[in-house]
Amino acid sequence: MTGPSDLSSSYDLVVIGGGPAGLAAAALAARAGVSTVLFDENPGIGGQIYRGITSTPIKNRAVLGEDYWAGASLAAEAKASGAQIVTGATVWSLDPSRQVGVSIGGEARMIQAHRVIIATGSLERPFPIPGWTLPGVMTAGAAQTALKAHGLVPEGRVLLAGSGPLLWLLAAQLLRAGTTIETILDTTPRSNWLRALPHLADFLLSPYWSKGLALLREVRAKVPVIPVQRLSAHGEGKLQHVEYQSAGKDYRRQADMLFLHQGVVPNVNLANAAGVAHRWSERQLCFEPVLDVDSGSSVSGISVAGDGAGIAGGTAAVERGRIAAIAAVRAVKPSASVPDPQSVRQRLQREELGRGFLDALYRPADMFRLPEGETIVCRCEEVMAQQIHDMAAKGCEGPNQMKAFLRCGMGPCQGRLCGLTVTELIANERHTRPADVGYYRLRPPVKPITLAELASLPISEAERKAVER
Amino acid sequence: MFKRLGETASIVTIEVDGKTVRARTGDTVAAAMLAGGIDHCRTTPVSGAPRAPYCLMGVCFECLVIIDGIGSRQGCLIPVRDGMRVETQQGKREAGR
Repeated sequence: MTGPSDLSSSYDLVVIGGGPAGLAAAALAARAGVSTVLFDENPGIGGQIYRGITSTPIKNRAVLGEDYWAGASLAAEAKASGAQIVTGATVWSLDPSRQVGVSIGGEARMIQAHRVIIATGSLERPFPIPGWTLPGVMTAGAAQTALKAHGLVPEGRVLLAGSGPLLWLLAAQLLRAGTTIETILDTTPRSNWLRALPHLADFLLSPYWSKGLALLREVRAKVPVIPVQRLSAHGEGKLQHVEYQSAGKDYRRQADMLFLHQGVVPNVNLANAAGVAHRWSERQLCFEPVLDVDSGSSVSGISVAGDGAGIAGGTAAVERGRIAAIAAVRAVKPSASVPDPQSVRQRLQREELGRGFLDALYRPADMFRLPEGETIVCRCEEVMAQQIHDMAAKGCEGPNQMKAFLRCGMGPCQGRLCGLTVTELIANERHTRPADVGYYRLRPPVKPITLAELASLPISEAERKAVER
Repeated sequence: MFKRLGETASIVTIEVDGKTVRARTGDTVAAAMLAGGIDHCRTTPVSGAPRAPYCLMGVCFECLVIIDGIGSRQGCLIPVRDGMRVETQQGKREAGR
């Protein structure tokens, strides 16, 4: 295990996040002779898509599928590249001068980077339905992580609900692992098909087409799929039943586990706190960093690659990581030989072909993004939708003011699970656009650290004398 | 809640609220708790409602637990160690931890 004392005080390139984008970026840069360190807060590399790729207890390759195992060569390449790969390393701060605050095993260090690639990926879009805080309700991603990293499968009456490719992939993986899924409650609005149709031609040319169709067939052959327009989870202290509306009728179904999913959105916390400018994407209904063609952000020397730069998927993330790494290598070591970025961009374009169709088809319905009444929006501080509605109606203009009134976004998750909902609720109430409402202003530390970790930062004699009397 | 697919070779034991829980080397604390049938890992500071791991990827902070005396640790990011002492976190964080 790499500890804090194994780190240099500065690197040409610091890569934050060890998913496909981060691994590809670190491998390319290190091979070009650029001093590179990659930090990931998880116990292993792979990110979410290749979670547990070097350690998974799942030996039957068919369960997770060949697309998962493609991550093994990516991980091996990064390990062999000469990049220093540090897992269990939480980056809690990044500033515009590219000082990186990182904690490893309870000890903190400040690292100076010449270039930074943020590859912190995505997180699942908030799915604020009544009862989504009950034990027994989890995200689809959580079920996938439990399977990939730990060989765990849900038991009892298992329900999946929501919309999007990951929901179908999870269903297929659970079925292959022998799990019984009682029902899939599909929240995809039927009208989305019309929106998606203009993108169909591109989708048919993309690799997603045949894979997606096979996945749907595999799952639909074994699990009933019910289109639903309403959805809520209920129980005393834990999930006991799910209520939903389908074709105008109300239903109630006993359940032990409910896995929710309605797409993924960029995890913007670190980039936002570093001062990187973001904009609202109406196509993907989320904030994404403003980037140039080389993935460079509004902050000099900091780029963003992978799904954190806007959702495009794991294979696209590899190419986006390479594009960011080529720019970093050219900046710090112009003499080094790097792949032709044009050919990388062409591969990226192919990977991105099907995205327009998927974005349109799986655009989550308003009612699952704009909760009402007593539905919890901010899980940490238990702020309800009605409170946000009321405050916005009284004149609260944005999420940062909303913090002062309601404490929403001020709990330990720092807005990750409520930020988009709060922005959209305010925009809706005030008849304006999310772009005008904006997002939470985030500040370091973006992950909680202890005072002991801060106190462990090495200080120079001059720094000590500056405060000692 | 969750069960293991097949047997696991290397077993460690941790203690959760005084109860012995068997885990696999490589489990995170949250995974070990889910596999051990522990139905919640904390109660909320506002209403005291029970919460269990939600995202398992470090973003939701629902799996906060006390590990070896230090509170508010993310159970889903910390691997189990033999003899680790885990406590569920009740309501508000207590002064001193």
